[in-house]
Amino acid sequence: MKTIEEINEKIRRGEVCVVTAVEMKEILSQLTPEEAVKEVDVVTTGTFGAMCSTGAFINFGHSDPPIKFRKVWLNDVEAYAGLAAVDAFLGATKPSETRELYGGAHVIEDLVSGKEVELRALGYGTDCYPRREIETSVSLEDLNQVEMVNPRNAYQRYRAATNSSDKLLRTYMGTLLPNFGNVTFAGTGEISPLNNDPNFRTIGIGTRIFLCGAKGYVIGEGTQHSPPFGTLMVKGDLKEMKPEFLKACYFPGYAPSIYLGIGIPIPVLDEEIAKALGIRDSEIKTTIIDFGVARRQRPVIKEVSYAELKSGKVEINGEEVRVSPLSSYYMADRIMRDLKKMIEKGEFLLSAPVERLKQTESFKPMKQKEIRIVKDVMARAITIEEDLGIETAARLMIEKSVNHLPVVDREGTLRGIVTSWDIAKAVMRKASKVSEIMTRDVITVYPDDPIAIAVSRLEKFDISALPVIDAKKKVLGIVTSEALSKLLGR
Amino acid sequence: MLLLLKFDARTVREPIISLTAIKTGALINILRADVGARRGELIVEVPDQKATEVLEILRKMGVEIQEITKSIAKNENCVHCGACVSICPTEVFYFNGENRVELRAEKCIHCGACIKVCPTSALYFPL
Repeated sequence: MKTIEEINEKIRRGEVCVVTAVEMKEILSQLTPEEAVKEVDVVTTGTFGAMCSTGAFINFGHSDPPIKFRKVWLNDVEAYAGLAAVDAFLGATKPSETRELYGGAHVIEDLVSGKEVELRALGYGTDCYPRREIETSVSLEDLNQVEMVNPRNAYQRYRAATNSSDKLLRTYMGTLLPNFGNVTFAGTGEISPLNNDPNFRTIGIGTRIFLCGAKGYVIGEGTQHSPPFGTLMVKGDLKEMKPEFLKACYFPGYAPSIYLGIGIPIPVLDEEIAKALGIRDSEIKTTIIDFGVARRQRPVIKEVSYAELKSGKVEINGEEVRVSPLSSYYMADRIMRDLKKMIEKGEFLLSAPVERLKQTESFKPMKQKEIRIVKDVMARAITIEEDLGIETAARLMIEKSVNHLPVVDREGTLRGIVTSWDIAKAVMRKASKVSEIMTRDVITVYPDDPIAIAVSRLEKFDISALPVIDAKKKVLGIVTSEALSKLLGR
Repeated sequence: MLLLLKFDARTVREPIISLTAIKTGALINILRADVGARRGELIVEVPDQKATEVLEILRKMGVEIQEITKSIAKNENCVHCGACVSICPTEVFYFNGENRVELRAEKCIHCGACIKVCPTSALYFPL
């Protein structure tokens, strides 16, 4: 049993034994955890990935005459100004209002790289803060505090993504090719900080960490912290960060985001801690989920380990599918080695947590007034069979006062659709049967699809109704743009 | 060797690839094809040792030929995440022993799929 103070004393004397998480796995294949505690004092862990819940509190100093920000922009990226006069919070994923492929992440990167950024702000014009607008340019050294404060970083593990649909999807998990064309995953697995301290014995509030090259701190559990999907809330001084450990990025079709490098030293205080440091990728399980379904509960395709994901190929429905990581092991490895050197040189002391993080799983969904899905708004569909005459179709429309008739076979399976407009065309073309005028390529929805999906399909294909079908194409109902307009009040 | 073949209204109607393959015995791998009624473009891979023979026949039959030499490249924005690895149809990208993303440029077929996928905009076609 060692204490953090004893380890810090060894660091000061230059006698500390530090290894990276990669090296520790190797050591634990030779030594028992009990022996390893005697040999090793600190293990460095690391991750480098896109972490959307990232941002910075900035204090700009006071202008003359002074202003209280009503709205503020940096390079046309709006920051949140509902704080004191010249304080703001700049979020990484906020897109620029004028520049393409640019957002809050890029402003943070520009600041760390020493570049000037354009500050534009509007004020309220109060007695104490009379100024109503200001435009200037600022660099990191012109600002007072620039504290990176990230509500959610360093996910312990994350669900991998794939796409069953026939369309290419652009997501925060990268580009997902149609028909299970690829799988993407995030996190660094067995070298990631929280996987090496799964009981949060040493990583807690107050733990000193490596944050993008600066000394930062864990300030609490991250938002959506739900072990074994643990997360951290962290902070660090932007002025001490190094550009190589922070990289703005842009996921097409989603938003800007930012790659951050985080390293956490784990003191090897006892056997239990040492044992946990032996965790391997094969023991770290996650699931591959299907982004082809646009619901909160995306279907689970299969369970996989990080070892399988890192192998570059997984099997889905009997076929080999290629896998892309979204985190960088190369950078994570560099961070572990840099942090190791900093500790060995006595530049980085360990700190004991003042509070432990929550160790239980809990993550509630959003409380919604109602979850609106197609099933809730669909009407009964008046259907017709394709060998019936146009007059029958016309009569049905008038009698039931509808504009759309899904065409079905005897089993109720969708074959096409006719609209009142098609009837007009039939008169002109002198057609006699429904089959001659129906549209065969019908755009449809499923009863469990969210209403937003129905709305976007109506808009995209410029149509006025969607038959609702089940997996066997049996017609269950119909949603019309009229019904949706009434519901959405527009 | 990677070749971009351009066919005009006449040549697009002929079974030129099959003819070339039979005459030379070269295994011609069609990587991309865009064939219309009056024109067509193919990107094909031809074994280096058969290249001269193949080029000669294609030229004789009136196909316009460009050799593809400059393929996809990567700049210092790369953070070695590997988002591109599963996207490339010809597996240009791979991790080296140090977990750095490297590329086998000779396999590139100029589809450009990776360019839009790279989160840090590190991939480009050199001019």
